[in-house]
Amino acid sequence: MYTIGYYPGCSLTGSAKEFDKSLRKICDLLGIKLVEIEDWNCCGATSAHATNHLLSVSLPLLNIKKAYKQGITKILAPCAACYNRLVTAQYELTKNNLVKRELSEFLENDYNSIKVINIIEFFQEIIKEGILDKKVVSLKGLKVACYYGCLLLRPKEIVDFDDSEQPSSMEEIIKITDATPVDWNYKIECCGASHSIAHKDIVVDLIGKILGDAQKHFADIMVVACPMCHSNLDMRQLELRKNDGYKSIPIIYLTELIGLSLGLSPEELGINLHFIESRLVFEKYFSKVEVQL
Amino acid sequence: MKIGVFVCHCGENIGKTVDCPRAAQESAKIPGVVISVDNKYTCSDPGQNMIKNAIKEYNLDGVVVASCSPHMHEKTFRKAVASVGMNPYMCEIANIREQCSWVHDDVEEATKKAIDLIRIAVEKVKRNFALTPIKVPVTKRALVIGGGISGIQSALDIANAGYEVVLVEKEPSIGGHMSQLSETFPTLDCSQCILTPRMVEVYQHPKIKLLTYSEVEKVEGFIGNFKVTIKKKPRYVDETKCTGCGLCTQKCPIKKAPNEFEQGMIKRTAIYVPFPQAVPNIPVIDNTVCTYFRTGKCQMCVKVCGKEAIDFNQKERFVVEEVGAIIVATGYSLYKIDKKPKDSPIKGYGEYGYGMYPDVIDGLQFERLASASGPTAGEIKRPSDKKEPKKVVFIQCVGSRDESKGFSYCSKICCMYTAKHAMLYKHKVHDGEAYVFYMDIRSGGKMYEEFVRRAIEEDDVKYIRGRVSRIYEDGGKYIVKGEDTIAGIPVEIDADMVVLATAIVAQNDSKKLAQTIGIPYDKYGFLNEVHPKLRPVESSTAGVYLAGACQAPRDIPESVAMASAAASKALVLFGSDMLEREPTIAKVNEATCAGCFYCQKVCAYNAIEKKEIKDRNGNFVKYVAYVNPGLCQGCGTCNATCPSKSVELIGYTDEQIFAEINALAIL
Amino acid sequence: MEIKNNFINDLINITNQNPSLCYQCGKCSAGCPLRKYMDLAPNQVVRFVQLGKYDKALHSKTIWLCAGCMNCAARCPKNFDLHRFMDAMRELAIRNNVKPADSKVASFHSSSLKQIKKHGKLNEFGLIFDYKLNTLDLIQDVDNAPKMVMNGKISFISHNVRNKNEINKIFKKLENK
Repeated sequence: MYTIGYYPGCSLTGSAKEFDKSLRKICDLLGIKLVEIEDWNCCGATSAHATNHLLSVSLPLLNIKKAYKQGITKILAPCAACYNRLVTAQYELTKNNLVKRELSEFLENDYNSIKVINIIEFFQEIIKEGILDKKVVSLKGLKVACYYGCLLLRPKEIVDFDDSEQPSSMEEIIKITDATPVDWNYKIECCGASHSIAHKDIVVDLIGKILGDAQKHFADIMVVACPMCHSNLDMRQLELRKNDGYKSIPIIYLTELIGLSLGLSPEELGINLHFIESRLVFEKYFSKVEVQL
Repeated sequence: MKIGVFVCHCGENIGKTVDCPRAAQESAKIPGVVISVDNKYTCSDPGQNMIKNAIKEYNLDGVVVASCSPHMHEKTFRKAVASVGMNPYMCEIANIREQCSWVHDDVEEATKKAIDLIRIAVEKVKRNFALTPIKVPVTKRALVIGGGISGIQSALDIANAGYEVVLVEKEPSIGGHMSQLSETFPTLDCSQCILTPRMVEVYQHPKIKLLTYSEVEKVEGFIGNFKVTIKKKPRYVDETKCTGCGLCTQKCPIKKAPNEFEQGMIKRTAIYVPFPQAVPNIPVIDNTVCTYFRTGKCQMCVKVCGKEAIDFNQKERFVVEEVGAIIVATGYSLYKIDKKPKDSPIKGYGEYGYGMYPDVIDGLQFERLASASGPTAGEIKRPSDKKEPKKVVFIQCVGSRDESKGFSYCSKICCMYTAKHAMLYKHKVHDGEAYVFYMDIRSGGKMYEEFVRRAIEEDDVKYIRGRVSRIYEDGGKYIVKGEDTIAGIPVEIDADMVVLATAIVAQNDSKKLAQTIGIPYDKYGFLNEVHPKLRPVESSTAGVYLAGACQAPRDIPESVAMASAAASKALVLFGSDMLEREPTIAKVNEATCAGCFYCQKVCAYNAIEKKEIKDRNGNFVKYVAYVNPGLCQGCGTCNATCPSKSVELIGYTDEQIFAEINALAIL
Repeated sequence: MEIKNNFINDLINITNQNPSLCYQCGKCSAGCPLRKYMDLAPNQVVRFVQLGKYDKALHSKTIWLCAGCMNCAARCPKNFDLHRFMDAMRELAIRNNVKPADSKVASFHSSSLKQIKKHGKLNEFGLIFDYKLNTLDLIQDVDNAPKMVMNGKISFISHNVRNKNEINKIFKKLENK
């Protein structure tokens, strides 16, 4: 049975619970066991790393220590920010002298580095192992703009995943649902990240450009793999809707899209919890659409 | 034996750290030393005269000069002693600078060490004996590898001096990258117009043997006596019959082969001549795309050729040339900047969309567009829709000065050719807008700065100081996102076409060629000169010289100058009939040699041969090893290997080495 | 403004690189998504540090507006990690008691850290509540709140880490520096 350590992170247990919900549903369906790290703490993304370098490294390393004690050998961190911090903190511990000196307690006996993978790598693995190899619902004709955001791909030397300028890993995953990925220009342009609270206008401006380009390339939906991007593109899209004639684009988590193609219902996956409705886009793929999407 | 010791201060270089007067005093006490003095600058005329006078006055048999490295002045002092009748090999250098004063701080310890070094040298000199240099004949012919402007210049210089030159070029025609350019800076001369007369001169020159579509396969020998094996690739066209009429090219049904000369802007046929002014004007069949080679059918070229010049049965042939000097002039290549190339540590430039967007091109591709004989007859047209671009953005430093995705060096010529491109564009499209994104402007040559200012002040090219972060396509236009760091504002341009000034890199087979010839190269594949300041055209292998961009990125005037310089080095070599070689080579004691030939196995220069020893009646007695005095480099490996101690290194015999070691053991 | 004398040493220690690596090409500023909202361009912040004018750099809005997208570091030809540099500038601004030029962002970060210190996890409600109290920005997102509560996306109950010893240790250690 495919087993993997699991680090949900603060957003997946809060405002991004659809991400967690849809992932768990898929794992139940495919017989994958997620072993949550016991008593995990915040990884310190955003605020710790923005204000205190040592704090930004200690908090993630504490989680690695806990996982190691549990006997976990690989960790899935669906949130792109958590993923980035967990990988970077381990890299810093080996490469940065100041960190090595100040955090020497982490190099003691009950610590060892653990490979952390992101949600796209997770799908790549289960497809390769043949665990995910079929679909129940074909999403043929659905045009998808894959949005990577920043933290999955950068910094290239530390994360070492896909091509940081012209990525294609998400598009490859999407293809198993028969959906068509579109070629567009804003795949890796920043959504504004944590400025959603303090500078809402900036985020609205940035997502306006991202969504605008997706529209220009005739995308029906946008698929994301990061809870912060989702929140910015979904919740803040409401501001854009206030403009006349604005056509919304539903923002769907990668796990939700895969879940749909495996025959799970939108409510099971949490798609009904989004701010931007997606019923009109998906109704042609499902014979029965009961709850408001 | 009467030895003289001369300790040099070398000004402060040695004098500051070594107490030279004391070293001289102590050295006087060594048995055999009859005079021991110190001097401020021994290499100067007065210094040398001091040595010469001492030799005469004291009737010296040997001299030790304690000074800088033998690399610097061994020749100087040996010449000085020779001028008063002493054999130059009786003069030895004790290196008390590079190996003493320059690496130590403590005066007391350094002086003790200097005295030790002098004592060792004295003990060696006592066991030296007079030697005469070995003379080898010089083959007065040159080989020039590479038929670009540098190779052409070298070949013409040597040929005009009356010596034969073999010019080898791997492409079907000579001319190199210069033949692909439209105009050259700073004069805006038409490139082919100034180049083709030279090409024809090479072709018609009675002293130049031109081997095109050929590559150097093997190089053996040494300076004055090289033996080079050259592979002539099969053209499948008989050069003696072909008249260059061009009918075969017109009628060839394969029209979609990738065109190297046109940098991929258009296609070519399977049988082709790279460009109309090619020298020689004889076509070549590309057997990877030709229908006959792939399926056995077609033969259209055979049908139309009036001279029956097509010969599908041609095979590759090997030619051996004996030459005295080799000039390497293999030129450069352009950095390919698509997404991260496989197996490359370099990340590639995905953010500029090169290879993805057809209208994002590099410098050589722009040259072909601007060239009158190019795919668009000299009109600037977008590769995608053949429309005239009204806004063109030029980006400098793509891959150069870039440790992250390219190379840390500056490619030297891009600032100039970008200015040239921008000017050519403006001259052809009067209502067009040209923008150049730059970091610095490097225009240090003669009339170069004025050239760039002309682009800015007269031709209205807008120069923006800052780099471009990203280019993406939006509705047929290319959005270029840059920054002007002087004004401190972001700059975004919707361009119709983008030209990237990509880095100059070494040819992709330059490392292999360097290994074939036996010359060193740097980590980028550029060939290395012996000394970057004072010996820029010589490689560290005697007899092999460098010319042009194979050594480092450079422009045409410098390449031509360097080519002539390399030619002059070859001519210096040809100036004498015999070449003198150092006599400090290995010698075999034929009485004790057992003929095991371990020495032959370890010799890196193939200098050991088998020699038959016969008795007085002509009967064979045994084989012994024999050292070829022309090839031996005096490395001493055979001496160290020989189990019976039958090989000795002249001038560095075991007796001498042990005497030196013993001298150190004296307390 | 009294900036500690060993500012540049601290900076090099935290970032593990020398600011003189930057040759001011501007590629970072060209690709920065937040560029047009900044007072100083990102490369100008580095320039001021290179010139020794640390207070000018520390007082800019730029260092607070950086969203951490790493576009700059990914494209820099000198492999200069500008995003790490911005992190370090924020850390040093706090350490040197420089009043942040963008108080809203600084407030957001300090509210976040308070949550992590207290609970070990980031509870969004707690964070937003604290932020709104500090900035008095009470109206924003009030219209979105009901739906989020209904969907269970915002919980009034805080999640806590059970064993907070190690977290307390970490915060204590860093506060003593």
